Amino acid sequence: MIDFGFGVNTARAINMDTNDLDTAREIFDRLPDLQTCIACGSCTATCTAGAITSFNFRKVHTLVRRGEYGEAYAEMSKCMLCGKCRLVCPRGINTRGVVMLIKKKLGDY
Amino acid sequence: MKVTVIGGGVAGIQTALALKGLGLKPVIIEKEDTLGGKLRGWHKLFPTMTPVGEVLEPLLRELREQNIPIMASTEVLGIETDGVITSHGKVESRATVVCSGFDLFDATLKEEYGYGIYDNVITSADLERMMNNGKVALVDGTQPRRIAFLHCVGSRDEKVQQRHCSKVCCVTGVKQAIEMRRWFPQSEIYNFYMDIRMFGSGYEEMYRSAQQEHGIQFIRGRISEAAPVPGGKVQIKAEDTLIGRPLKMTVDMLILLIGMTAGCSNSHWAECAGLEQSDSHFMRPLNVFEGNVRSALPNVFYAGTVTAPKTIGESLNEANAVAFRVAEYLKGL
Ligand SMILES: Cc1cc2nc3c(=O)[nH]c(=O)nc-3n(C[C@H](O)[C@H](O)[C@H](O)COP(=O)(O)OP(=O)(O)OC[C@H]3O[C@@H](n4cnc5c(N)ncnc54)[C@H](O)[C@@H]3O)c2cc1C
Ligand code: SF4
Ligand code: SF4
Ligand code: SF4
Repeated sequence: MIDFGFGVNTARAINMDTNDLDTAREIFDRLPDLQTCIACGSCTATCTAGAITSFNFRKVHTLVRRGEYGEAYAEMSKCMLCGKCRLVCPRGINTRGVVMLIKKKLGDY
Repeated sequence: MKVTVIGGGVAGIQTALALKGLGLKPVIIEKEDTLGGKLRGWHKLFPTMTPVGEVLEPLLRELREQNIPIMASTEVLGIETDGVITSHGKVESRATVVCSGFDLFDATLKEEYGYGIYDNVITSADLERMMNNGKVALVDGTQPRRIAFLHCVGSRDEKVQQRHCSKVCCVTGVKQAIEMRRWFPQSEIYNFYMDIRMFGSGYEEMYRSAQQEHGIQFIRGRISEAAPVPGGKVQIKAEDTLIGRPLKMTVDMLILLIGMTAGCSNSHWAECAGLEQSDSHFMRPLNVFEGNVRSALPNVFYAGTVTAPKTIGESLNEANAVAFRVAEYLKGL
């Protein structure tokens, strides 16, 4: 068969009706501070891992909050737990704790 | 000396009280049969959740005690140099303070959200009314489990010729989200915002507590459309702009945070009188600094939301400021 290069793409939309939001809720329950994130990006800007890889801490934890766990676990493995993000977060979020919790909760995904 | 005050909302009431305090003779002309303006439709006020009666009642009591004349059910139809024309004839005065307030944005103009067409799409003003009536529920009487608020409906939107930011709707959205959390502790609540503008004292703190203590989720992105789904639910589409991907979800209730628009029924006579309007048709003050309560006409003044979206506190401040300016003008005559 000739391959014309066509394929069926999966929908890109974040579907809040089908996503499992329970795990996200468990994460919030353990670390309610995470909900106060104002998406300023300070954590990502200062992130040691983000400086040399595509790791974007703000985006990964926002994805988790929407129930998009797919790559979150693997992404979080890029973090070296240096804790610089916690020093700069204006909301005082325990960002390193967020990394640890996400890794713990999402090991199965 | 007699001064006409057009409109008996908070701005008009406080203007009359302040004028009286300076020894002048204010008369309030109000087109509705009761005073209070928009506040009569609100339940609890941001940022302190103060019941509206605690603000309005003392003002109305003071008006009665001061014996300030009120012409209710009387609409002002024009301003002249020696008074105002009303639906009940001319009222003479040496100066006029326009406190005619604002209009609520008509949400049916944003057809894509289905207000007035789909069930369970309501406005922030409708929600205040429901809370005043002591019953917040879906059309079929059941409780919503998933609720979405949409910011900036009828504000910052060229499509409906409303360029301005209505200023009070962000904090109203945060306030109402917290109230909905109290009504429905088990519900999921999402606020779709473009920018969160928490300009006033205590507002940012309220926003933070909405996030942290009340679990309200804020998603940055404007809902582009809503569609009805069976069972009275509404499906909404937006971009989660912080992730960069489209997002869709089905909600039980969609609440549109409608903006403040210029009082359009007054724009015709205001223009005839020589009063200027800004881009979004609010009345343009002489300037936004020391002339903020003056108009281009020496005997006509402004206070409150007639010139721009404002909070109650700001409207009251202007009312006090305008009385001082009116007294200054009359002294110079
Ligand atoms: C959804 C919503 C919630 C809000 N909640 C809060 C809150 O919690 N806290 C807060 O600080 N602010 C709040 N605000 C803002 C608040 O409503 C305004 O600051 C306030 O109403 C302004 O008072 P005003 O007297 O300028 O105008 P209005 O309240 O609009 O009063 C104007 C009066 O003038 C009368 N009038 C108009 N034209 C004429 C005419 N030609 N002749 C005679 N009479 C006329 C009208 O009938 C009306 O009574 C909210 C606004 C909205 C939209
Ligand atoms: S702790 Fe992890 S996420 Fe935070 S700055 Fe260090 S590498 Fe980045
Ligand atoms: S620094 Fe804190 S508030 Fe800013 S994006 Fe990161 S987690 Fe959110
Ligand atoms: S106050 Fe907030 S919701 Fe209202 S118009 Fe401004 S940005 Fe939009």
